[in-house]
Amino acid sequence: MKVTRSQRASLGQWSPLDQLSRLRQEINRFFEMPMSSGGASQMFEGWTPAIDLFEDKESITVKAEMPGMKKEDIDLSVEGNTLSISGERREEKQTGQGASFRSERYFGKFYRSVTLPTAVDANRVVAKYKDGILTLTLPKTEEARRKQIPVVSDNEGETA
Amino acid sequence: MKQRGIIEQGRDSESGWEANSSAVPPANIYVRNDEYVIELEMPGVTRDRLEISLEGNELAVRGTPADEQTPGQLIYSETNHCGFHRSFELSTDVDHSRIRADLNQGIVCVYLPQARRMKPRKIRIE
Repeated sequence: MKVTRSQRASLGQWSPLDQLSRLRQEINRFFEMPMSSGGASQMFEGWTPAIDLFEDKESITVKAEMPGMKKEDIDLSVEGNTLSISGERREEKQTGQGASFRSERYFGKFYRSVTLPTAVDANRVVAKYKDGILTLTLPKTEEARRKQIPVVSDNEGETA
Repeated sequence: MKQRGIIEQGRDSESGWEANSSAVPPANIYVRNDEYVIELEMPGVTRDRLEISLEGNELAVRGTPADEQTPGQLIYSETNHCGFHRSFELSTDVDHSRIRADLNQGIVCVYLPQARRMKPRKIRIE
């Protein structure tokens, strides 16, 4: 029995056809899934918060816009250099509420996973929720700080 | 075609690329306890950076997020830095004198009481 082995010509080369077939797989998967899946489908989750990332020598800071939440409805977890923010914004249906003219705000569960530039120390993360913005200060691990490569200027010894 | 309720006015610049453009905050508008309530999402906006004005029949809400004092360099940004602006044309049954607003965790709520129906009254002839 003849065994043939095929090897890709160049590993890691991006091919547009790959993207298309992956898209087709995603679409197929969507149609196969039961309509009410428990948050498995990221595409139709409703909303995710917008984020900003800041970095300095000591730490990474993440700011996430999520107005109208309660602190207890926000969940955070850090693993290595991945930060996961999830939670639920509940709609407060108050008594006496009548007709609705516009409904543009998103409510419900959200989930967002962020890959940070370096690993951070999960035990020293500080989180603050103010004015609808969640600010996370994530101190870099000792190892990540040591790995930082300083950039030295090249024209130290030049004379006119 | 005048409809009862709050009618919206588009913002002044159509394109989002002009220098002084601002973001349009999402709004929920509903009636509660004989008041129109407009909820706007304006994260990062503090009381001193929020301005609500009424000119004629047009209610304008403007706000800018507070200046950042975050350590380090900004390496990735999705959030709004240029401020929020949205206008609403109010329907004629709003009592302008009793409009009030509050701000909580980035949500601005404007309360617009519906004018109490005037009882028909007889006018005396001199």
